Amino acid sequence: MAELVGLTGNEAGAEALKDVNPDVAAVFPITPQTELMHQFSSYVNDGEVDTELVPVESEHSAQSACFGSAASGARTVTATSSQGLMLMAEICYITAGTRLPVVMPVVNRALSGPINIHCDHSDAMGCRDSGWIQIYSENAQEVYDNTIQAFRIGEHKDVLLPVMSCLDGFILSHTMESVEVIGREAVQGFVGEYDPAFSLLDTQSPISIGPLHLTDYYFECKRQEVEAMENARQVILDVGKEYGELTGRGYGFFEEYRLDDAEVAIVALGSTCGTAKAAADQARENGVKAGVLKLRVFRPFPGDQIAEVISRMGAVAVMDRAISFGLQGGPLFNEVRSFANGRCPNLINYVYGLGGRDINATEIESIFHELEKIKDSGQPGELYRYIGLRE
Amino acid sequence: MKTKEMIEIRWHGRGGQGAKTAAQLVAQVAMKEGKSSQGFPEYGPERMGAPIRGFTRISEEGIRLHCPIEHPDVVVVLDDTLLGMPMITEGTTDETVFVINSDADPAAVRKVLGISKGTVMSVAATKIAIDEIGRPIPNTPMIGALIKATECIQLESVKADVKKKFLDKFGERVVQGNIRAIERAYEEVKAE
Repeated sequence: MAELVGLTGNEAGAEALKDVNPDVAAVFPITPQTELMHQFSSYVNDGEVDTELVPVESEHSAQSACFGSAASGARTVTATSSQGLMLMAEICYITAGTRLPVVMPVVNRALSGPINIHCDHSDAMGCRDSGWIQIYSENAQEVYDNTIQAFRIGEHKDVLLPVMSCLDGFILSHTMESVEVIGREAVQGFVGEYDPAFSLLDTQSPISIGPLHLTDYYFECKRQEVEAMENARQVILDVGKEYGELTGRGYGFFEEYRLDDAEVAIVALGSTCGTAKAAADQARENGVKAGVLKLRVFRPFPGDQIAEVISRMGAVAVMDRAISFGLQGGPLFNEVRSFANGRCPNLINYVYGLGGRDINATEIESIFHELEKIKDSGQPGELYRYIGLRE
Repeated sequence: MKTKEMIEIRWHGRGGQGAKTAAQLVAQVAMKEGKSSQGFPEYGPERMGAPIRGFTRISEEGIRLHCPIEHPDVVVVLDDTLLGMPMITEGTTDETVFVINSDADPAAVRKVLGISKGTVMSVAATKIAIDEIGRPIPNTPMIGALIKATECIQLESVKADVKKKFLDKFGERVVQGNIRAIERAYEEVKAE
């Protein structure tokens, strides 16, 4: 039964996992682990889930244990953040390359050095080519909703890929907000019984998992991974629609906020999109037809769909909470630009919020006003910009 | 960039005084009253005694903002040794209400704050906490004072929430102590 409760982003992620009741959770129980797994492990302890919790000695081992568990056909989860994801990265490629649909909430936090514990997207962006599906949330409600949908998406027989359910560190993970939870029964009905296509424990059909693929088959395997990621596109849309029928909250690749008649727009990921919506409202009161494209799915990247929307705009800013050294601009900007391919001539980039630097609605409104000037003059000026930075 | 229906509260305290808990407790109670709310802390070095901030937003409509509060409607200070610091008055406006834990009367507190406008209220919350709870943790009485200042949530809802949260963990004595502390601060808080 649906119920409105106050949850932090961490608690919303843990609540989703509780309602899914996975078979196995393999977790490193020490920093940089988050309160998300702390909360979930208390559900295990209190008998609210049947999950077998495997505490391990490092994040590398956590992902390795997930590999083994998922290969045996168990519905498997872990969670991580920041440096933890970096230590896992080696095995993340193997989980994806072996087509094991592990689900992993990632609390997005900056990478050292210098040492920092606050939000940015450097950790998940560092794994963007690891073969994992990546879904980002604007608020605690979406953390709950996206984490549940992740199981259906990753486990779909045409996909079989692991999924990161990304949430902004502190800004979402430690903010308590209203969340509508739909409860164990509804979630169980939605995710269904996990019926793995292959299992090491299925002695009737013995299989090998993880054999050597040299020059003979490795390339073909990677090509199949490309295909799986392509297949995920339709599955993500179908699952998002079905979830909408269940809860009233449907999901697509992205949300278009006031873009119908917008002349300038911001493209962004995560919690900043909520602040940007408030900023767009304010900019409209001040005469700028502003809108927000809130990107939910970063992998697979819905580039054609984004390009189609932004090509209607007079000027667009892509906001990156991560940076790519030696390549100007952030990763989101460069990917949007590669699909826009000249269709949106006034396309600029703002890198913001690294290491948790605040971004507020006033700053975002100033971006809309800057875009308005660019639209009127047709001169984009500096393409690669920073906001909230002291120089 | 808040809407007119929104109230934004900034909490200042020192690590261990319960500013984070208070920010989230008020948010939770508002939710139970059917409002939208957010409660969040600002994380820094986790040291007992270090200055920390907490934030609460309450609105009749949904809340989309995910950023710290720039221009608080209310500033609640749990520790009067913080009063001289610029962060207490940062971003405040002529309409900001200051609710301060201090033995001094509001006029004296205003002088320390160095402000000429706005509303200043004070209450000896640490003394109340020691009397009623037996520990110098001023967060629950300061919620009582906040309610008197703003009526942002109902006194009865807070008392019910404290009872529900604290009863199993700490027992009846602690619950009653906290409820008395909230009621006393609600009654004893002074405006100019």
